[in-house]
This record gives sequence, structure tokens and C-alpha cells, in this order.
Amino acid sequence: MVMSYENFHAGLRNLVRSSHAQLTPAVPKEKTDEIADYIFESLKVVVSPTDLTFYTQMNELANYIKKAKAEIALIKPDDISKNYVPKATDELDAVVMATEEATNSIMDVCDAVALIAEECPEELKNRLIECNTKIFEACNFQDITGQRITKVVQALKHIDEKISAMLKVMVDEIQKAGGAEPDLPAAPEPEAHPAKPETLLNGPQLPKDSMSQDDIDKILSGG
Amino acid sequence: MPVDLNMNVLVVDDYKTMLRIEENLLKQIGFKNIFQATDGSAALQVLRERNFGLVISDWNMQPMTGLDLLKEVRADVALKAMPFIMVTAESKTENVIAAKQAGVNNYIVKPFNAETLKSKIAAVLGAF
Repeated sequence: MVMSYENFHAGLRNLVRSSHAQLTPAVPKEKTDEIADYIFESLKVVVSPTDLTFYTQMNELANYIKKAKAEIALIKPDDISKNYVPKATDELDAVVMATEEATNSIMDVCDAVALIAEECPEELKNRLIECNTKIFEACNFQDITGQRITKVVQALKHIDEKISAMLKVMVDEIQKAGGAEPDLPAAPEPEAHPAKPETLLNGPQLPKDSMSQDDIDKILSGG
Repeated sequence: MPVDLNMNVLVVDDYKTMLRIEENLLKQIGFKNIFQATDGSAALQVLRERNFGLVISDWNMQPMTGLDLLKEVRADVALKAMPFIMVTAESKTENVIAAKQAGVNNYIVKPFNAETLKSKIAAVLGAF
């Protein structure tokens, strides 16, 4: 937006008028306009039309930042540390545990096959052991997966720390300025309901939150 | 002289699954006496209690890492000549250099297969 001298002059008159509106006795409009005109004429000497445009843009930018800060304050930074990051790391830990259990189950079967192989003719025995070895080699993935996920968890925690520190500064500023109250309750997760299919897509549950097959059977059998 | 498959071999890793994999692969190669430790300090204790012909250790362990274990082994008069192979996911040049400077005999990057394990052991202990 380009601000003209005319707009600036009119804005200045309004500003001076409103700033004097509460005074008693009331200041006549002619007097406030006179003050505004005097300020305008003085500024005109040092403020060019380009400067006016620049100041306008700076003002818009400042307002934008102020609004963004207020919106960020509403995010409730604690939620990131208390809910989202622990939830994400729990999910990743569950991935590691599940793959570890699966890997051990596979290796248990390999051990059983190795015992059976002992009872087989030499050629078949060797072929079975060779296959077993390849399965054991493939199970290497579990260790690598675990280490990679640990790195992701560490990165998540690092990001969380940085965001929390940044948000804390912003929230403090907003509070000092009497801005938006950041301590609002977090937006609740939509409650799962059979009538709302979109609320039922939550992926695999963590072991602590999941139902056992027995519990499910009880529900299905009306128990 | 062929590798003595009756020698004691110590496998060190904090992942029990990995210990199981390595033990199985070593058995497939032909080793009969395989021992396990889940971190550097436990490994050091076992090494001081019994005679071993080879140590195969992970790097990333707590509280004592594989590199710390290697340094302790090389600083110990009774253990300093122990053949030591590092098996790790740490594949940066800096890691390999650090292990080499600490006196590692060979270095295997995870994931690995039985053939790689066998060839690296052969490079350290001699042909099978």
C-alpha cells in the first residue's frame, strides 16, 4: 500500500482528535486540526513520500508479527513437550519393541528348523542350515532400525527443546504486553465414535492402550 | 595354521537380538565356544577371568563403549595382543580412523553377512 501525503494528513488529524477527545473541557475540532496541521507541516520537511510508504509497510509488518506471536501463544507450548513429543517417542519405542519381538520369534523358528535339520540327510541338512544362516543375516535389520529410530527420537527431542524455548520467549512477551492468554486448554483430540468413521482411524495402539483379544472377544460375545 | 575353532570368542553388544545373531553366525562358521557380554565393562571383566582368542564388539554401548573397551584391552598388559574386531553401524571415516588408532584389528559395518564375518576373522586370525 502506498500512503499519500493526503492520507497521512487526514490520519494525523484523526489521531490528534481522538487523543484529545477525552480531555475536559473538550478541545474544539479546529484546535486539534490546527495541532495536526502544524505537526504535518513540520514532518513534511523531513519525511518524503517514499519514507511514508516504507513506514506504512514496516507498520504492517509489525502488526503481522504481533498477530503471529499471539497465534503462536495460543498453541500452548507445553502441549508439544507434554503430549506430542512423548506420544511420538512412545510410538517409535513401540516400533523397536515390536520388531525386536518379531525378530526373536523368527530366530526361535530358525532354531527349531536347525534341530529338525540335524535329523535330515546331509545334503538337505546343509541346505536348511544355509537358509537359516541367510535368515539370521537378514535379522540384522533390527539392530540398525533400532539405532536409526533412536536417532530420530533424539532429533525430535532436540527440535522440541528449540521450539519450546522460542515459544516461551514469545509467550512471555505476549503476556507482558497484556496480549492473548496462552494458558488455554489444548484442543482435545476428537473422541472416537462408531458413528464418525473419521475418528476411528488411529492406527495401531500402543501396548498400554490396546485391548487384548480376550477383551475384544468379550465385547463381541456381549460379555 | 588354520583357525582354532575351539578358542573362546567373546561377542559384545547391548542388543540381545544382535548377540543372538552373531552367536549363530559364528556357530555356522564353526566356532564352538562363544561367550556374550552386553557392554564394555562387563566384557572387560569376562576377558580378565578367562582366556579368549577373539573379541567381536559393537561400538555404541553404555556405560563403556566398544572403543573404550578396545582402549582398555590395549592398555592391559595381559590383554593387549587380543585380536579385536569392531562390528558397528558407525561407518564414518572418523570412526574407522579412531578405531584404527586405538588398535582395532578389523572393522565390520552393520548390517553384515556370515561371509563378511568369516573373511574378516580370517584376515585377523588366519585361514580357516
